[in-house]
Amino acid sequence: MSAAPQMPQQQSLYYFVPQMVEKGTTLLKRMEISVAEAEKRTGKNAVSMQETYTVYLIETRAVDAASEGANPAPDSLWRRYSEFELLRNYLLVTYPFVVVPPLPEKRAEFVWHKLSADNMDPDFVERRRVGLENFLLRVASHPVLSNDNIFYSFLTQEQSWKEVVFETGFQAKADSRLKALNATFRVKNPDKRFAEMKHYGDELQSVISQLLRVRARVADRLYGVYKVHGNYGRVFSEWSAIEKEMGDGLQSAGHHMDAYAASVDDILEEEEHYADQLKEYLFYTEALRAVCRKHELCQFELEMAAQDLTSKKQQREELATGTVRTFSLKGMTSKLFGQETPEQREAKLKTLETQIEDGEEMVKEKNAECEEFVKNAWVDIERFKEQKDRDLKEALISYAIMQISMCKKGIQVWSNAKECFSKM
Amino acid sequence: MMSGTVVDSSSPTAAAPDDISGSVLELDEDEDLEVFSKDTNFMDGSSLNTSMQTSPGSMVNQYKFEEEEEQSDTKDIFVTVDNPESHVTAIETFITYRVLTKTTRSEFDSSEYEVRRRYQDFFWLKCKLEEAHPTLIVPPLPEKFVMKGMVERFNNDFIETRKKALHKFLNRIADHPILSCSEDFKVFLTAQAWELASHKKQGPGFLSRMGDTVRAVAATVRGVRNRPEEFNAIQDYVEAFSQKMTSMDKITQRIIKEQKEYLEEMKECGPIYTLWSGSEEELVEPLKMMASCLDRCCRDSEEHTQYLSSNLLPILHEYVLSTETLKAVLRRRDNIQAEFEAKNEALATKKTDSEAESKMLSLAWDSLVGKDPDEIRQQKQQKHKGEIKELKEEIDKLEDKLEWANNTLKGDWSRWQKSMRSDLKAAFTYTAEKNMEYYEKCLAVWESFLLSQRTEASEGGDRDES
Repeated sequence: MSAAPQMPQQQSLYYFVPQMVEKGTTLLKRMEISVAEAEKRTGKNAVSMQETYTVYLIETRAVDAASEGANPAPDSLWRRYSEFELLRNYLLVTYPFVVVPPLPEKRAEFVWHKLSADNMDPDFVERRRVGLENFLLRVASHPVLSNDNIFYSFLTQEQSWKEVVFETGFQAKADSRLKALNATFRVKNPDKRFAEMKHYGDELQSVISQLLRVRARVADRLYGVYKVHGNYGRVFSEWSAIEKEMGDGLQSAGHHMDAYAASVDDILEEEEHYADQLKEYLFYTEALRAVCRKHELCQFELEMAAQDLTSKKQQREELATGTVRTFSLKGMTSKLFGQETPEQREAKLKTLETQIEDGEEMVKEKNAECEEFVKNAWVDIERFKEQKDRDLKEALISYAIMQISMCKKGIQVWSNAKECFSKM
Repeated sequence: MMSGTVVDSSSPTAAAPDDISGSVLELDEDEDLEVFSKDTNFMDGSSLNTSMQTSPGSMVNQYKFEEEEEQSDTKDIFVTVDNPESHVTAIETFITYRVLTKTTRSEFDSSEYEVRRRYQDFFWLKCKLEEAHPTLIVPPLPEKFVMKGMVERFNNDFIETRKKALHKFLNRIADHPILSCSEDFKVFLTAQAWELASHKKQGPGFLSRMGDTVRAVAATVRGVRNRPEEFNAIQDYVEAFSQKMTSMDKITQRIIKEQKEYLEEMKECGPIYTLWSGSEEELVEPLKMMASCLDRCCRDSEEHTQYLSSNLLPILHEYVLSTETLKAVLRRRDNIQAEFEAKNEALATKKTDSEAESKMLSLAWDSLVGKDPDEIRQQKQQKHKGEIKELKEEIDKLEDKLEWANNTLKGDWSRWQKSMRSDLKAAFTYTAEKNMEYYEKCLAVWESFLLSQRTEASEGGDRDES
């Protein structure tokens, strides 16, 4: 299995060989990873009902072992899709500044009609296997994510991996993260770059969705065009029976028409791969948006803390000077109900001072957090942008290669048919 | 032309005037003979001896339908149909087409003619040719009535398709060794509107046409007893071929429809890539290039579908229509044979009747009337012999007619088959070429995409190539 950090080599990329060099050491440099197989299992689920599910075989092998020519058997373990989901959720929560690679879709979407939307369909399972492998390879080649222990255990520790994950306590953070992501709040001074990135993510999501929808319809139509030619095959064959001179020519041309009609299945299967490449980036936009949102959240908390500090300082000033500069309920009530005693005022001032101290600490913290987040997140976003540009460009190129292959097949078939016709 | 007799009275084929069907046919035959005798350089391949006035029977083996190459070498008449124009009158709206003829044939007074004809006129021509040559395969006309699903009788596609089909129709007649010599064809090509109208009015009157129809129906009802095996074979073939052509027509229509729908969807792809390029920086060029490539492929697809509509489909459709003609020709041949068989039966009946009659009824009657029995008997026998002689003459004529019909049909059948093979072979071959052309164009488009990306890459210098 190739150790390319990008898309697994599904087809020969004719003109280009991907060459991505990751900065720093990543797990993938030391370890070969693959999702080798998929199998159906039946078992009892949490509510003791029979269910059928698919498990995937993860194989790992140390890189140096292989290069020494020893070729030992790989280590392996079985995981199901839900465990991949768990791993990803853990990563999302633990590394909020990382654009975490997406999983292949849970259910088949953007399906054109002849393609099965059934999760148990072997083609779907196969494409999912490829997608899961791709996910692991992306994580394993990520400068930050690949060093995570939970990830390492996922690949190597068959038993009680789930318990280990839950022990990290990420679940609690997961819930608050989800809440925060869905909350609406206004940020006064977001980092412009993040705002732009978020906007870009929205646009990319919209455009890829449109593309996938149209592509599904085009696939449907293409299927129709090719398959109807199969009818020519049938009629030529029947017709050849009543002809003398033309019989042979018609008969053999008919075979080519059948071949033409059948060729569309392979063509569309290859096209599905292109759709999968687009889908990966469609799902990536969600991760991108999450990072931008996280920045907004940080910024918002900072702004809230700063705002809180400012208002506390103002209150102190008012208390100290006795003037009310801004409207406050306390101020109004004290005006209405009379001033406080000096002791009360003193106590209040003391509390405020402590609060202000705490507040300043808080603001410092939040500020540092924000800066740290912005720094780390922006590094990853830049990394993501480069990866995205590379991958999508190659996807377009492989689409062109696929089209070329389709055209060559078409030329071949019709050239054969033409020869048969000329013998008629 | 038709009602006036053109028959040379010295010809042994001069028909007895009381047998209309025979005279109609023979007039036609003589008409054709007339034409052939005028134009000796036309049928150079056939061993037609034009100076001889012979019976149709002996003419039969002189109708050799030679290879088509002879036609192209000696093609001396060129017809085009174009320039449809709409005419509006108080009663109706109709389309006329310009019919241009260029010819070196001597029976044409001029070498160029330009007339305008409407569909009705073409239909009239077809009917006349079929009347004159019941067992020749007259080329098919485009349908008379509007197809279902087409709302506008005068929409451009319909007119264009019809115009091309009419052009084909006239050219096929022009290429036919016998049909192209028809007087009606000549009138069609050359006469001004009022001349044509007056010519149309001539011809066998209503009653005689009715007579033909009645006879034809009677013959159909009677049915043919001993159809020669070869005509059975032709019948079976035509039946099967008709089904295949109908299927081919339908399938091709379906392919065109699917391709059009494919194109509609494909057209949406390019704009999405263009839209996308607006959000990108590095990817702007490849995305724009994608959009441009997809647009070019769409145009290629459109051209290809257009070819199928305007070239492959019409020829398939023409052959669907021609199977109807073939069936009609076979029916007419059967009718001629049925007539012949019926007359034979009548003769047989008459012969056996003669003895019985002379013994029974006549004696009874004669004794009533008081005539001399011997005299009466002799009169009756004379009369009877006369009737039988007449019948025998009629039967001879019908036998000739049948032989003529069979041979012309066989000859024209062989000609039709050759045309069919050559036409369909050409159509399918060209379709295959067009398909190849389409894929070759798309191939070039996508290779140019790869080239542009490769160029970009080597300019950018950021990747190696395998």
